[in-house]
Amino acid sequence: MTHHRSDDIAPGDILLAVENVSLAFGGVKAITEVSFDIRKGEIRAIIGPNGAGKTSMLNVINGFYNPNEGRITFAGRTRPRMKPYEAASQGIARTFQNVALFKGMSTLDNIMAGRTLKMRRNFFWQALRHGPALDEEIEHRKFCEEIIDFLEIEHIRKTPVGKLPYGLQKRVELGRALAMEPTLLLLDEPMAGMNLEEKEDMSRFVIDVNNHYGTTIALIEHDIGVVMDLSDRIVVLEYGRKIADGTPAEVKSDQKVIDAYLGVAH
Amino acid sequence: MFYRETGQYKTTYAADMAVFPILQDRIALGLMLLAVAVGVPLFAMLFPATGNYFLQVIMIPFLIFALAAIGLNILTGYTGLMSLGSGAFMGVGAFACYKLTTIFPDVPIVIWVVVSGVFSCLVGVLFGLPSLRIKGFYLAVATLAAQFFLQWCFVRIPWLFNYNASGAIEVPERTLFGLAVTGANATPLARYFVVLAVVAGMTWVASNLIHGRIGRSWMAVRDMDIAAQLMGIQLLPAKLLAFAVSSFYCGVAGAMMVFFWYATGAEPEVFSIRQSFFVLSMIIIGGLGSLVGSFFGAALIYIMPIVLGAIANWSGAPISAATIEHLRVMLTGALIIFFLIVEPHGLARLWQIAKQKLRIWPFPY
Repeated sequence: MTHHRSDDIAPGDILLAVENVSLAFGGVKAITEVSFDIRKGEIRAIIGPNGAGKTSMLNVINGFYNPNEGRITFAGRTRPRMKPYEAASQGIARTFQNVALFKGMSTLDNIMAGRTLKMRRNFFWQALRHGPALDEEIEHRKFCEEIIDFLEIEHIRKTPVGKLPYGLQKRVELGRALAMEPTLLLLDEPMAGMNLEEKEDMSRFVIDVNNHYGTTIALIEHDIGVVMDLSDRIVVLEYGRKIADGTPAEVKSDQKVIDAYLGVAH
Repeated sequence: MFYRETGQYKTTYAADMAVFPILQDRIALGLMLLAVAVGVPLFAMLFPATGNYFLQVIMIPFLIFALAAIGLNILTGYTGLMSLGSGAFMGVGAFACYKLTTIFPDVPIVIWVVVSGVFSCLVGVLFGLPSLRIKGFYLAVATLAAQFFLQWCFVRIPWLFNYNASGAIEVPERTLFGLAVTGANATPLARYFVVLAVVAGMTWVASNLIHGRIGRSWMAVRDMDIAAQLMGIQLLPAKLLAFAVSSFYCGVAGAMMVFFWYATGAEPEVFSIRQSFFVLSMIIIGGLGSLVGSFFGAALIYIMPIVLGAIANWSGAPISAATIEHLRVMLTGALIIFFLIVEPHGLARLWQIAKQKLRIWPFPY
């Protein structure tokens, strides 16, 4: 696996293209012939009612599921089948709807774990933990400390994440994803279960990540207000099919979307 | 009062990332190393009768069991893979060391002890292959297969024990720097030094691995394997590495057990499932995912019964030896249950809590 970085793609060009992707579990069709693209540098939202196939879509993008039909092109490369760690090495990072942190490890170790792919020193040096291995460890620690500063979680850097409140766990999970220096960051309901203040904080972080690191972001979110404010473009899924795609203003006035969310009189 | 970190500022990441960032911890560690490397040997030389008994019955086996516990802890505590095969992996180390040193008698025995760990490591990797597909209790049963298969090999393949009539390993005499370290003529002190050096060195290496990238990827696999894959950690290599390192440690512990503890010979029965359970109970009670817990567990499970027996004998109570033995077993069992109820996360967690309390003493928080 060559490390295919996507730095050569100019902002605004297509970073990820999903073409006619279908995914079925036995007889259940989770996704049916969905196509959309994500441009470099944008914040792209995927919305839809419960069970619309949003999370399945993210799982297809980062390799947990392989689509039954259709293809996915990331950074100019169409991939046949792929594994999650390959997605990671190509620069796709992700957070989960139900926080998936390493509960027994500290905040710092969780974020450092995000640097795994960037660390090169072999077993021998690791066993000594001196010289090159320690230098490498320190270099990555510096990087992680920048993320910790950025997310304002300095006070909990040595706390086991299992003990942290939910809102902070979400923030640590974002930090862990950022430590991978991703080209494409997938956020699965980053604001679920948060109060207004926490949502505002998280929104600010999402925008900052996008501005500061230039990371392309695809996010799933149920809070329509947040989605409309944050995203550049929105895909709307319903029952596994795409029903709308466009800017917040376009999507908001789309009759199909209104029907999907508000229901239709029969 | 004495255990304060106030005023100990860290100005570099290296200082902050040290395994023992608190000055008092480093001093305590230094004192402890001094005690075991200088104090204990001095004691043994001044009072040979008690001293040699102390080395032979307590210190040498304690260190060896602690090493085996570290090995199993790497697999079960840090990587979250349940194993019931540690006894057999110890056996692989012991038999490999025996074969190597009888085929090449001139190579220093310490080298063969370490190399026999490599053999155990290879066997461990082989039996670790199913771990990609199976987890938890099911993996424990799969490692049970390793336990029974290897034990069968130790008994049924005469080549492994050089066709000895007894069917056991008969430890030959080997010297290090002109001093006998194995066999009937080796003094407990000489064997103790070898064991101490190997255990100290390997504990240091284990600590290094655990505090770096490799340790983090093991713990990531343990805590949330799906997210670990997303960090770019490949599950099979990470799990196999844990199996490899773990069985290496167990193998070295097994080789040292036969060559430096039993010192004259050992039957294959030593490496039965009982031994696996013995080591497993050490890490459960000592603390899963803790190096210091491996030492605590070895101390509690191995030394405590001996101390209880010694107290009973010393008290001079008019009870028969058999009754003392029964009482000892019962009391040991009761204490294990007591400690697990007080702290299900093991003695290592109790230790942590105690240190935390000491930091702020005499204030409650």
